[in-house]
Amino acid sequence: MASPAPEKQTNPPSMVMLSGIRKSFTDVEVVKGVDLNIGVGEFFSLLGPSGCGKTTLLRMIAGFESANEGIIAINGENMNKVDANERPTNMVFQSYAIFPHLNVAQNVAYGLKKQGLSKEETKKRVDEMLQLVDLDGYQERPSYALSGGQRQRVALARALIMQPKVLLLDEPLSALDKKLREHMQQELRRLQRTLGITFILVTHDQEEALIMSDRIAVMFDGKIAQVGTPREIYERPVSQRVASFIGVMNFLKGDLIGKTEKGISIASDVFGKITLDANQMPSPLEPGAVTIGIRPEMMSVLYRDTDTADNRLNVKVTSVDYYGDMTFYSVAIPKSNDQVSVCMRNTVGRHVYQIDDEITIGWSNASMVILR
Amino acid sequence: MTKRAPLSLLIFVVIYLVFLYAPVVLLPIFAFNDSAIIAFPLEGFTMRWFWALGEEESLFRALKNSLIIAVSASILSTCFGVLTARAIARHEFLGKRPIFGLIMAPLFLPEIIIGVSILIVLLQLGFSLSIWTVIAGHVLIITPFSVSILTTAFGNMDKSLEEASLDLGENRFGTFRRVILPLVAPGLISSLLIGFTISLDEFVIAFFLTGTDPTLPVYIWSMLRFPSKLPTVMALGFVLLVMSLVLLSLFEYFRRRSEKLTGGYGKTQHHVGQEGE
Amino acid sequence: MTASRKLLLKIKNSLPGWRLIGGPFLFGFLLLLTPLLLMILLSFWTQDYLTLDRTLTVNNYVEVFSHPVYFTLIKRSLNISLMVTISTVLLAFPIAYYISFYGGRRKAILLFLITIPFWTSYLLRIFLWKIILGYNGVINSGLMSLNIIDEPLSFILYNTNAVVLALAHAFAPFAILPIFVSLEKIDRSLLEAGRDLGDSAIRSFFRITLPLAMPGVVAASLIVFIPTIGDYVTPRLVGGTDGLMIANMIQVQFSKANNAPLGAALAIVSLSIVVFISLLFILFNRKYLRRQV
Repeated sequence: MASPAPEKQTNPPSMVMLSGIRKSFTDVEVVKGVDLNIGVGEFFSLLGPSGCGKTTLLRMIAGFESANEGIIAINGENMNKVDANERPTNMVFQSYAIFPHLNVAQNVAYGLKKQGLSKEETKKRVDEMLQLVDLDGYQERPSYALSGGQRQRVALARALIMQPKVLLLDEPLSALDKKLREHMQQELRRLQRTLGITFILVTHDQEEALIMSDRIAVMFDGKIAQVGTPREIYERPVSQRVASFIGVMNFLKGDLIGKTEKGISIASDVFGKITLDANQMPSPLEPGAVTIGIRPEMMSVLYRDTDTADNRLNVKVTSVDYYGDMTFYSVAIPKSNDQVSVCMRNTVGRHVYQIDDEITIGWSNASMVILR
Repeated sequence: MTKRAPLSLLIFVVIYLVFLYAPVVLLPIFAFNDSAIIAFPLEGFTMRWFWALGEEESLFRALKNSLIIAVSASILSTCFGVLTARAIARHEFLGKRPIFGLIMAPLFLPEIIIGVSILIVLLQLGFSLSIWTVIAGHVLIITPFSVSILTTAFGNMDKSLEEASLDLGENRFGTFRRVILPLVAPGLISSLLIGFTISLDEFVIAFFLTGTDPTLPVYIWSMLRFPSKLPTVMALGFVLLVMSLVLLSLFEYFRRRSEKLTGGYGKTQHHVGQEGE
Repeated sequence: MTASRKLLLKIKNSLPGWRLIGGPFLFGFLLLLTPLLLMILLSFWTQDYLTLDRTLTVNNYVEVFSHPVYFTLIKRSLNISLMVTISTVLLAFPIAYYISFYGGRRKAILLFLITIPFWTSYLLRIFLWKIILGYNGVINSGLMSLNIIDEPLSFILYNTNAVVLALAHAFAPFAILPIFVSLEKIDRSLLEAGRDLGDSAIRSFFRITLPLAMPGVVAASLIVFIPTIGDYVTPRLVGGTDGLMIANMIQVQFSKANNAPLGAALAIVSLSIVVFISLLFILFNRKYLRRQV
């Protein structure tokens, strides 16, 4: 697994700007007021469950749907009156949309026709592009003789040969099997870094978004819930919904007592009263009942009495899931009987517990997040 | 992989095929039979009935009428079919179901009802019967077939293909010319062929709506009253059979090409719906 | 959004579709719907030789229902149609079954073989049945030369039997194809599951194959039933006087008898009966049609 992209420290200049975008289909509002600013050369993902409006948003950027309200600007120009075929964007469709009656080279060269290039020039560019996507030699191959992965690369080559300012990708990897998908995630990332073009990817797969993106916009029900780098989204989600959508999160109930210069005070039956850092509360909340989030991998099983942790708890194992590299324990908290997930890497010599074992788990204060 | 069929079923199939082919087999037999009477026993081989076909003035006139009607009707029906198939496959609109029902209705009505009702209208409005009235009647009954064939062709075509073409810089007309037309062409040809064949053989509506210019089937009908003309009619029937087979084979060829181009991998695997996503 | 605004929006969104389908729809409206409505209107007028009396009256319908001639014809047409439908569909099913389940790679060719006979002119095909069934026809001369009979059979031509036979032949492919399509759609693993759960081959046919093939059977029945009632050519050629059907009478009213309104009334009555029976049939089989495999 690749490491996530290094966080971009400065805000790059804007390539795509969405302001106040609203879209309805007949009587159903699908996009309910979206503002986004996507920078030049960014790999940006729109992440959300089916039906959240992300594909509609992408199609509006491409020009296949028009917004009911709001402005879409690409490279500084207002696109509201610009047709899809005039925009500096190109799209890789979910079905790839490879023209069945044309072979690979003809497909890739399709958009160049209007530019009136010579045959030699066209061939040169097509060959270059096919080399870039690792399909050199496939020029004469008919469309029906291509595998899913190959068709996806043809779709990519066909779009990139147009030298768009923005490449739009609509769930490009969902039709591929796992190994191919992982390979293509690497490929897409490498391509984007090589070319330096802005990529906007729509996906419902949070792992994919985390691996490939510079920044992610999480979308629910037509609205943007959170925008941030993969790390920000994962470690500092603004809400329970975002937190559970990305990875697994444990939720504990607690009380927000108050904010002071030292930090934020919270208290709960489970861990007593503690003080957390200000950045551990991503969205401002009022004192009262809150939810505390802790990622399973932030919790550890304490094997020896000498193992230290800010917070400790004696629990009982209720189920064990073995994943090869990791083991997930579900444990019951005493008194409340709430279930909590603890994830431990399997290493040499590390004991794997069984159901009904009594164990001790621990976690640091810094690993907690206060959520809406 | 395929099992052997039980004997009783096989015997049934053979007998059924004999039943199906019985009249058809007689056609070439009597077309080449050297006798003026259509009856057994057979008298010997001759080609004279085929040469006699060449002498029949009225036959050629009827054939000419039928060809004009068949070509016109198939072209018009195919146009209607394209418009309807496109509208049904790509658009939502008020009254979609009833409108579609009306266009397809001629499939479910006895031809005599259709022929008679159009006749009534024409007589009431004072129109005289002519080739055009027959064409109109034929277009009415052929259009549902065109719609069927072309709806499949359009339905199998991935909607994203048109969007991809636009995305790559083409305008609407260019998209039609470079993407839609080539993919729908085999369906268009199938529709033309089947419309042509249906029109050529259609009797009832032509019978009611034809004026002084009979179509070929109407001509054949009149000839059936004259025993002396019967062998010639047999010869004509045989010629028509051979022609139909050629056309049918062409139709099948284009239908397969159409399926190959637009079916299978042209279809989306995931439906990118309009709402949400 | 208010209801009227919703409606206006729906109309606005309908325009592209309407623009496309407007032509064909208008054509159908002018050449099918309007004539049918006019025909209904005509059936309430009367015609004396060549003059048309436009006063509304139900006399034509009274005549249709009172004179035994029309009633007999309608009843006979229904009978013939039902017999043709039942025999054609019953005989078509085994053929469709054979091609679908035993055809293997040759399915397309077998289907092609089934359709070849029907690329001869319909008129000639019926006429040839006349040759086969006639007094000096193939069957009679054949049976006589084999000394099975002494005199030619006369009951095989110029009556309803001949009409039923000829129509069953003419509509055979129309019955085979829908049943075939339905059978093809049946997931073969369902049958294997049935056998796995203990059914014999025959039981799994009746419990699985037949119910799932019903949409095709229903379609085939309607495709045969509806046009057969209105057939003109077959009764005329091989029906004699005993085998004439309602379409022949309708044609007479429009030509020799010069009584178009009566013809229209007959047509409306026949059409109504056809529609009524078809709807009944569809309703009766609703539970088979709803399941989409």
